[in-house]
Amino acid sequence: MALLEVDDLVVQFYTENGVVRAVDGISYEIRAGETLGLVGESGAGKSVASLALLRLIDSPGEVVGGEIRFRGRDILELSADEMRGLRGDEIAMVFQDAGAALNPVYTVGEQISEAIRTHEAVTDETARDRAIALLERVGISDPAARYSDYPHEFSGGMQQRAVIAMGLSCDPALLVCDEPTTDLDVTVQAGILELLADLARESETAIQLVTHDLGVVAEICDRVLVQYAGEIVERAPVEELYYDPKHPYTVGLLASIPRLGDGRGRLTTIPGTTPDLVDPPTGCRFHPRCPYAEDVCARRRPPLVETESGSPDDGDPDTHAAACLEYTGDLEDGLDYEVQVRDESDESTESNEPDERRLGGNDGAERTRERDPTGDPR
Amino acid sequence: MAGLGVIVVMAVLAVFARPIEVSTAEVTITLQPFSLAPYDPSAMFVGPANAPPSRAHPFGTDWAGRDQLSRVLVGGRYTLGIGLVAVALALCVGVPLGAIAGYFGGWIDEAIMRLVDVLYAFPFLVLAIAIVPILEPIPVLGGGFWTVVLALAVTGWIGYARLLRGEVLSVREREYVTAARALGVPDRTVIRRHVVPNAVAPVVVQATLNVGTVVLTAAALGFLGLGLEPGSAEWGAMLSQGRSSLVQGRWHITVFPGLAIFLFVLAINLVGDGINDALDPHRDVSDERRRLR
Repeated sequence: MALLEVDDLVVQFYTENGVVRAVDGISYEIRAGETLGLVGESGAGKSVASLALLRLIDSPGEVVGGEIRFRGRDILELSADEMRGLRGDEIAMVFQDAGAALNPVYTVGEQISEAIRTHEAVTDETARDRAIALLERVGISDPAARYSDYPHEFSGGMQQRAVIAMGLSCDPALLVCDEPTTDLDVTVQAGILELLADLARESETAIQLVTHDLGVVAEICDRVLVQYAGEIVERAPVEELYYDPKHPYTVGLLASIPRLGDGRGRLTTIPGTTPDLVDPPTGCRFHPRCPYAEDVCARRRPPLVETESGSPDDGDPDTHAAACLEYTGDLEDGLDYEVQVRDESDESTESNEPDERRLGGNDGAERTRERDPTGDPR
Repeated sequence: MAGLGVIVVMAVLAVFARPIEVSTAEVTITLQPFSLAPYDPSAMFVGPANAPPSRAHPFGTDWAGRDQLSRVLVGGRYTLGIGLVAVALALCVGVPLGAIAGYFGGWIDEAIMRLVDVLYAFPFLVLAIAIVPILEPIPVLGGGFWTVVLALAVTGWIGYARLLRGEVLSVREREYVTAARALGVPDRTVIRRHVVPNAVAPVVVQATLNVGTVVLTAAALGFLGLGLEPGSAEWGAMLSQGRSSLVQGRWHITVFPGLAIFLFVLAINLVGDGINDALDPHRDVSDERRRLR
């Protein structure tokens, strides 16, 4: 049994413009100790899906359907007290803006001890010692002295480390990280990712990493979910997603990553913006922006299917699944893009991330169906 | 700072005006032996009636020959006591209710805020005047002091509740509140430790400034003859009794308690302003920037 199973989760927000289905029937699972990436543009419902795991969706939002089973228990059915026992103790969350996630009126150490004291009957002394140990574990030097610093005395990266320490205070089975590195500059970001990767390796903590940065996903995730307009459009082990993306949206995302040494003057983009979820497009939600869209895409909503067989997805997390009519055999012309993997260095390819990817098909002038990885690293 | 000084001096004078004694059946324990006031404030005919200020009676005497200086000094106990206790009580009611209303929202918020709206519909003083006679027959309350304090607390909490609710509405959306909830911290702890400390600053300023208002209202109630029994050395009551003397041209009977009220309220307002500046650094910064430009 997986640690966490999300089954057909639907979250709605009631706004003045109408009902927004921020999360529309997503299903996935996380196994103990694994790191799952959840990627998508702003407004794809990633954060909402994460908050729903802790039942922190407040009015005007509401979970209207589906199940979230944590160790077999449906979180949505728990009483408020049981839910509180679960939060922080079993499932913890790391927020995007660490500066805002720390209360300015208490010292950093005090806030970590509070998290410990909430769930365990420990003396203040013990809580303090454990908080200091946690600060050390997340890589803050001189933790005993830093314990009594206020959040504003920490740098951005250290604040994020402190927030991660808060999340880890009770050794949760699942750590939900909502864009933990978005506000940080690249070097600090690398440090935080390394920390998360270490944690995932050393402990049995599973991590759900929400991000819009595919580079981050490549560094630490085992599997990836791609979310678009409240739906999951592709699910794959991380390597497969990068070498062999199946959904046109994923292709577009990968193509729009800037690369060093790229001769082109402009970045590739996905035309248009994320759809208005009050009135989502008919059929496939990506079809207005999809360069391969055909008439059928506007009519038929593609189910999530296994790309190998074309059979409906049975939720097996190791398979590669995508929600595109191509894989149900409904597209006439198919998807015309090529994946080029370029590796300029011959150093060890332990990293899952190919150094270069080029995805054609964004010009749309000539559609040639070919797949020609040039210079595959292996 | 000057305001704080004035308040401290007045408080010290009031405390040391007469000895404070706790007496039981057998023993009398003197808590505070000093007596700055030259006479017992209620002793009559310690000097000639309606005497103007003199060396023996610096503030003169009133119609019953009571020493005005002693009465003003001891009266500070009532006035300062009413002001501080009434505001403290009002805070004890207003802060929790406002925080609960703002944090939970929904029908709890509706219920509390509609009650506040109803109470707001009455003018402050009129409501206090209406409440004093309701409370007066309750024997537990003893003398008029607690009646006045309660009346002022009942009318005073609504302002704090409304102000704090507004602040809480914005603070509860902050990420650290969500973070605390995500850690499983119970709601009451979230409110007590995370929401209220970050929302309470304007309420503190308001409460400080309100001490002055409350003192004025207490004086007004005393002037109208409500609350404290007639003849007690409360500043408002003294003003009220001095009214007839004023017509006869005896200025000193009203001027000194009036000055005392004025000085105290002014001092409170200065302190309130000081706290406001101290708790609201943003304004200082923008002022600074404007000056530099």
